[in-house]
Amino acid sequence: MPSTSYAAFDASDLGNATLLSQIKLRSSGDAVTARQAVSRYMKEQGVSALKITRFATAVSEIARNALVHAGGGEFSIYVDRGRRRLSVVCWDKGPGITDVPLALSDGYTTAGGLGRGLGGAQRLAARFEIRTAPGAGTSVMMGVDL
Amino acid sequence: MAGATAINLVERALLVSIQDDITDTEILELQDRLSTRIAQNRIDGVILDISALEIVDTFVGRVIAQLAGISKLLAAETYVVGMRPTVAVTLVELGMYLPEIRTALSLTHALDQLRRL
Repeated sequence: MPSTSYAAFDASDLGNATLLSQIKLRSSGDAVTARQAVSRYMKEQGVSALKITRFATAVSEIARNALVHAGGGEFSIYVDRGRRRLSVVCWDKGPGITDVPLALSDGYTTAGGLGRGLGGAQRLAARFEIRTAPGAGTSVMMGVDL
Repeated sequence: MAGATAINLVERALLVSIQDDITDTEILELQDRLSTRIAQNRIDGVILDISALEIVDTFVGRVIAQLAGISKLLAAETYVVGMRPTVAVTLVELGMYLPEIRTALSLTHALDQLRRL
């Protein structure tokens, strides 16, 4: 398949948000670090336990996806203090997703998992956007109000 | 995480407390050790304490379901205790109902049910 390019999410997609931290995803331990960093920040901001659990679970799913499908990637946490909004971007250089709606549907899997991860993350995150190109990689942006 | 997850024998059950920062490698290693112990010690039940888990995503959910499946084949019941309410809500939203596992609200409750088997 020819490699096409795509514009991964970056700070320019996030308006006035500032970068809080950036975590290289190399092993499942890094996925734990990423979701713990997100939940720690949300806890500090006084967000409810349910909202934290839902968003941290979505974070875990997309970070794991980058590890499983692309062997790793990069995870960034942005905060827009004015709008009280937390956003995360998970980016990888993996095979990309050919059919996004199909990948988001429950039960579809290419890695032998349950096929609920990506669609589940979309349901759990208040905002969810995906950019991908076959052969180039996948970039997922998710956001939650604090 | 420091070292392997401890497996403790309580009556005729194996008690395992899963830590929040457990890695995939450690989870798979635990699955392996636990199945060996079930067969060796002629265990009636496995009690997984997940009260320390802030989240259960589809990977961890699948591992728990697999563990319950393995236990069942080795004639042991799996009980999950200490699931946080927020985790339960999130699992249902993920579409993971974990029909293979029995849940108990506390360790005492799980041991009680095992004694009645």
